[in-house]
Amino acid sequence: MAEVQPSLREQFDSPAQQREASRLGIWAFLATEVMFFGGLFVGYIVYRHSFPHAFAAASRHTNLLYGTLNTAILLTSSLTMALAVHAGEHGARKQIVKNLLLTILLAAAFLVVKGFEYSEDIHEHLVPGPSFFAGGDPRQELFFYFYWAMTGLHALHVIIGIGILSTIASLAARGRYNAAYYTPLEVAGLYWHFVDIVWIYLFPLLYLIGRHL
Amino acid sequence: MNASATSQKSLWKVWAALLTLLALTWLAARFNLGLWNTVIALVISGMKMTLVILFFMQVRYSSRLIWIFACAGFIWWMIFVSLAMTDYLTRREVVPYQRQSPNTPAQGAPARRE
Amino acid sequence: MSAITISDTESPPAEENYLSAGHTVRSWLLTTDHKRIGILYLLSILIFFAVAAVAAGLMRMELLRPHGWFILNETYNKLFTLHGVLMVWFFLIPSIPAVLGNFVIPMMIGARDVAFPKLNLLSWYLFMVGGACVLYSIIVGGVDTGWTFYTPFSSTYSNTHVILMAAGIFIAGFGSILTGLNFIVTIHTMRMPGMTWFRMPLFLWSLYSTSLILILATPVLAITLALMALERIWHIGIFDPKLGGDPILFQHLFWFYSHPAVYIMILPGMGVVSEVISCFSRKEIFGYHWVAFASVAIAVLGFLVWGHHMFVSSQSIYAGMIFSVLSFMVSIPSAIKVFNWTATLYRGSISLQTPMLYALAFIGLFTIGGLTGLFLAALAVDVHLTDTYFVVAHFHYIMVGGMVTGFMAGLHFWWPKMTGRLYPEKPAQLAALIIFIGFNLTFFPQFIMGYLGMPRRYHNYAPEFQIYHILSTAGASILGVGYLMPVIYLIWSLRYGKIAGPNPWRACGLEWETSSPPPVHNFDQPPALPVKPYDYDTEADYG
Repeated sequence: MAEVQPSLREQFDSPAQQREASRLGIWAFLATEVMFFGGLFVGYIVYRHSFPHAFAAASRHTNLLYGTLNTAILLTSSLTMALAVHAGEHGARKQIVKNLLLTILLAAAFLVVKGFEYSEDIHEHLVPGPSFFAGGDPRQELFFYFYWAMTGLHALHVIIGIGILSTIASLAARGRYNAAYYTPLEVAGLYWHFVDIVWIYLFPLLYLIGRHL
Repeated sequence: MNASATSQKSLWKVWAALLTLLALTWLAARFNLGLWNTVIALVISGMKMTLVILFFMQVRYSSRLIWIFACAGFIWWMIFVSLAMTDYLTRREVVPYQRQSPNTPAQGAPARRE
Repeated sequence: MSAITISDTESPPAEENYLSAGHTVRSWLLTTDHKRIGILYLLSILIFFAVAAVAAGLMRMELLRPHGWFILNETYNKLFTLHGVLMVWFFLIPSIPAVLGNFVIPMMIGARDVAFPKLNLLSWYLFMVGGACVLYSIIVGGVDTGWTFYTPFSSTYSNTHVILMAAGIFIAGFGSILTGLNFIVTIHTMRMPGMTWFRMPLFLWSLYSTSLILILATPVLAITLALMALERIWHIGIFDPKLGGDPILFQHLFWFYSHPAVYIMILPGMGVVSEVISCFSRKEIFGYHWVAFASVAIAVLGFLVWGHHMFVSSQSIYAGMIFSVLSFMVSIPSAIKVFNWTATLYRGSISLQTPMLYALAFIGLFTIGGLTGLFLAALAVDVHLTDTYFVVAHFHYIMVGGMVTGFMAGLHFWWPKMTGRLYPEKPAQLAALIIFIGFNLTFFPQFIMGYLGMPRRYHNYAPEFQIYHILSTAGASILGVGYLMPVIYLIWSLRYGKIAGPNPWRACGLEWETSSPPPVHNFDQPPALPVKPYDYDTEADYG
């Protein structure tokens, strides 16, 4: 079966080995990302433990509607991404592209909502600094420091994700992927799901504390 | 591993479960359950994460090595948090910061944290 | 089947090897060949080592007299900062993994290259950009916070180029993450058929463990430096007690990475020692499984002990106790390795070539360094010894007496493979001896004066310590000569060294089954899987 494998890199002995290496590679990379975001989460936990009331009070100023909407958007984008990979397994080119485009659209929607949210936050003086709304309370400023740092870093990952997915989508549209080779699609999907998981934790930690008060 | 591990229908079902969990977590946050608010929120997030990892990321049908890689980051982060919190949970109470400013009425320094 | 032709000093037969395949600058700067990338790293780390060594030399000169005599306070702070930053991140961490690991790992597993060769090249570029950033920060005035960047000094009060230097470390950190990722995937997926985990040389176990630490710890350093830089810019208060923050949080974040980092630095050296000890005792490693598991144990346990850098920081005393116990435990796998190496030597057929001299030195000096670590792990003793020269001596025994010595062992061991030339043995042995003497003279007095109370990072000190400083500086001069010698004779050997055949040491390992220097794709024909990793007992004595 002399199948042409233009995608087999010369350091690998077989397509299976290449695929295994790519999968392990992206999972190892995601572990590094867990630790990268993890540092911020540790800082958040330490200060929430120290200043629970200030954090709850500050959290009530986040926009719950935007936050919930964005969570739903990202969860749906994970679905479309998984559908794209599923299409890849079956070599269904049109489905791959369609679902990737949907994912990108949803990701862009996330950023649009975020844009509105951020501008509202700025308007309400939720940016730590001289014009902070609770000027005398540095503990609430600390909450918003984490809010901006964590959602900002997450948004950066979304932007990068859009770039990656666009590249993959254009390659898919050109028929690069089929049932025998769709590894880059799979790898991009894993990255995207990770971005979703980070938000799954960010949402309750930033938006949902103190809602009952 | 090229086998169609998760059917399209299952993926939609997982999505429905995720949105349900989202609604649940939103709902639970509206009630004052004390410490349980945080526990419930984290448990629900954990469930969402597990669904995404097992089904969307296909870990359920992957080799044990992938399972280990998938868990490793989270376990390592748990090590970090746990040991760091052994410090923060066992420090003695200190008088917290109270800066006098026009916005904050002067208060006596409380003896307990906040 | 390796006829040793060691009579020639003329050019080796004109076979295409990785060195001769392309002579342009472009072919080097755009290479994806793991062997060339290893050489690129070798050249770059030597530059950083030289700069950091000059700083050390200046500090030792300054310390000859009890009161500052030619260096200002601020400058002294900048010198020990640059010495620490360059040595830790731009010499020690990349040294064995990025130079020897890159060169040898694919060959040891019978592969043509690492899993992601282009990422490998990217790693080097990230390393170089980071290094350039750090060097630039030094040129424009330097940083005075110490390599540990403790807050709130680094985040609020220091007036030096902290962000610039932190940015350089941040960038280089990503290079090391990618290297670790590459090694992990390579070792998992590209071992030749039949090479199970327990048929791998122990060097690979060490580098695998190192890579685990690289990928799990380094990202935390990245976010920590970023937070410190953000704090410096915006003064929100995350580390500033005046604004409700906790400076100890920085230390938790920093040491969560930086303690495992020291295992990143020592584990590869241990891997080299396993290879060299067995080769030059003509005996398989005693307790292969124990050594393999000990490597992984060191990597894992190393993540659990970071609080021992913070015993007197106002960290909770209960946390201190937990970290102290864990720190005692982490010494156990290292001790297991030392016992196993010693048992390997026992009744071995020992030859004292240069790599072996360095490996033996490693065992002794690392043991001293490791034992003194136990002094520091004991809470009460640490209260007395912390921030004294005792700590400085402890980590220099491990880093220089251990790691750099291990690097020298590996460099000499694999030099014939990398270059096709043998270095001159007698000058090399002399250099090893000079280094050993110089090293001990430099750092042993530091244990004593540290115990007697000499604080670290001070250049103004009480006159009673002067005699120790003089001894130490004298030792440093000897050490400097010792380190200069290999630079000279190794370069000399490139042109005038005897031609090394494929296996001048009659060592076991797949890298020795191919020519020296190796062909571009490592093996001209697929190598034969050895029966066991250290098959020295059954090897004939000649050829």
